Amino acid sequence: MVEVPVPREKWSGKIGAVKLGASSAEGGSRQAVEVGGAAGMPFLSYEGLGKRQLLAGEIVDDPSLLTEMATRAFGDAVSDPAEWARKWVQDFHADLICIKLRSTNPEGMNSSSEDAAQTVVRVLKAVSVPVIVYGCGQEEKDARTMGAVSNACAGERLLLGQAEEAAYKTISAAAMANHHALVAFSNLDINLAKQMNILLADFGVKLDNVVMDPLMAGLGMGLEYSYSVNERIRIAALMGDRMLQAPMLCDITSSWEAREATEENVQWGEAEERGTWWEATTGLAALMSGADLLVVRSPRSMAVLREAIDGLRGGQ
Amino acid sequence: MPTAIEIFKHLPKKNCGKCNFPTCLAFAMQLANSKAKLADCPYVTEEAKAKLEASSAPPIRLVSIGAGESKFEIGDETELYRHDKKFFHQTRYAIVISDTASDKEAGAKLKRAADLRFERVGQNLAMDMLGVRNDSGDPAKFASMVARVAKESALPLVLMSADAEAIKAAASAARPSRPLIYAADANNWQAMAAVAKELKFPLAVKHDELNGLAGLVEKVRAAGVEDLVLDLCPRDLQQLVERNTIVRKNAVKKTFRGLGFPIVTNACGSKQAVLMALTSTMKYGGIVLLDDLDPAHAIPLFVLRQNIYTDPQVPIQVKAGLYSINNPGGDAPVLFTTNFSLTYFTVAADIEKSRVPAWLLVVDTEGLSVMTAFSAGKLTAEGVAEALRSSGALEKSSRKEVIMPGMLSRMSGKLQELTGLKVIVGPRESSGIPKVLRSL
Repeated sequence: MVEVPVPREKWSGKIGAVKLGASSAEGGSRQAVEVGGAAGMPFLSYEGLGKRQLLAGEIVDDPSLLTEMATRAFGDAVSDPAEWARKWVQDFHADLICIKLRSTNPEGMNSSSEDAAQTVVRVLKAVSVPVIVYGCGQEEKDARTMGAVSNACAGERLLLGQAEEAAYKTISAAAMANHHALVAFSNLDINLAKQMNILLADFGVKLDNVVMDPLMAGLGMGLEYSYSVNERIRIAALMGDRMLQAPMLCDITSSWEAREATEENVQWGEAEERGTWWEATTGLAALMSGADLLVVRSPRSMAVLREAIDGLRGGQ
Repeated sequence: MPTAIEIFKHLPKKNCGKCNFPTCLAFAMQLANSKAKLADCPYVTEEAKAKLEASSAPPIRLVSIGAGESKFEIGDETELYRHDKKFFHQTRYAIVISDTASDKEAGAKLKRAADLRFERVGQNLAMDMLGVRNDSGDPAKFASMVARVAKESALPLVLMSADAEAIKAAASAARPSRPLIYAADANNWQAMAAVAKELKFPLAVKHDELNGLAGLVEKVRAAGVEDLVLDLCPRDLQQLVERNTIVRKNAVKKTFRGLGFPIVTNACGSKQAVLMALTSTMKYGGIVLLDDLDPAHAIPLFVLRQNIYTDPQVPIQVKAGLYSINNPGGDAPVLFTTNFSLTYFTVAADIEKSRVPAWLLVVDTEGLSVMTAFSAGKLTAEGVAEALRSSGALEKSSRKEVIMPGMLSRMSGKLQELTGLKVIVGPRESSGIPKVLRSL
């Protein structure tokens, strides 16, 4: 009888588990979840699976920025963030909600930081899952908005996005003031990812409050770079690099921006189905390379990804 | 490949010169560089020969399937992660036709396989193989379907039957192509190995458990068949990832050599066939058998394969030239960037996002990004001025201006001088492009 060995790697490190959301006993009002915790390479049960990979449904509070094809299933709910969030959770079983406060953009609708914070409060009332909050990408405005959001949602343990090398102090302070978690963003480079976590640690943010986002490039738009950066981050973390042991978030919604994803072309099959699989394929590559948490735009691709996670974890 | 010193240990050390090299060490060095053949040494022992051949064999056997232009190779992989070097032989996909299919059904699948063909960044993405499955149990029926498929398509074939007689019956119809026989299992392996050996076709071996598979592979090899492909029979996606990883890792780390062959995954009948194909593509799959493939699924699958099998050392380039975005007219502005794919995709997406019609001039920088190209002298004011002329950008846009990447601001004076255009220094980050375009 031939015996095939199982080549299990003896890793010295482990991905940390970060808690998101807080129950009423902890001062919040929702079902908390943990993200991360893997002790091996993705989906190798013989190395250690960690917590289940989570799927966050994307919400944008500026309706002019929607991808209609991806959000069709929500109907009119897209004009009301609270209703949209409720649909994500009730109808499509999202594990988390990710709200992007794009309306605060000074170049666009320029809604006030305080109004935006109230939008988050309404979303929190509508659902009982943890919530991720991003601003509009404009530095000074985001600093104000995240301050307002942090205070208005004290105790809920949000995941606030995003700390980047050029702008991390205000948002870190806002997160620490009310014990929210923080997204550490870096631009497709393992060294920058590590550098960002070091900056946060030096500033006083504990690593168990950090989820890192190494920037997931979409399918056909540089996916292979992200795939390898993610793998290298995961390997370095497992080999014991403390500063890379934060769980990994990948926002795959930019997949919808690839022209090939949604362009009408009779030879290429139905556009919505193609777009769905474009996002799902990006998500699957993120998961296979080490993502613990995905931000997803379409409920159809979320369903595909949930099925994939079920299968990849062998039903666990 | 063993080193010269490792090889030298096994040589007779006579320095007789009959190999045409003055010493055994010199001969060993040539062997290590594949510049000489071990057979040139008249004194090397059989034992040493066997040892050296075993240690110089690739960790995963290279298997070639098909013939002529559509022939391909799988296996001969050396890495666990693409960033360590690269993945060499990409995953191949097959559409399977039953020998009980009606004329219309078979015709539809043949047309499907022929139509799944796309061009993307200079590469053709297409279906690779066709399988014919012996559902009828009738060797004659099987042979006639194989004959039809071989006549209507030049794609390499998979002959799928548990019956060695059926394979034999179909063999002449499949020639001159070299099809894959699928598959030998615990019950039929003797007959299958005999047929594969006689026809010199590669043979798939399947077993639903890895130890059993290794045992079966040993027997099939002892029966004289070396061109093997393994079906690990995964029950779900997790087993697919785990078993493929165990087989690949054992082979490349040399912890176990008995399963050093490419992998075939049969996703026919699975509700998760597309997910299995995608997962196989990332995790060490050689061939994936599918009942069918909708174009809406095929394109993401083919593009994923293209991405994963890209050489990490060589940047993917897009074609240099003038690209139109958001239907630009004569009054639309001209921007320029490099032909590094990632830079192009980012810039093009940001221009699209702005909804402002624009012309994007992609300058050939040999695939380098903006700052790298600038530092290496591959992106110069002269080069940009020439590209503006030769691409026709100056005729397409009547605005006497060009928008340049913010990181190149040092180049703006020179460019203005050379072209006479007003040079607008754009943002340092691509994400700032919409703001600049809207403010024009």
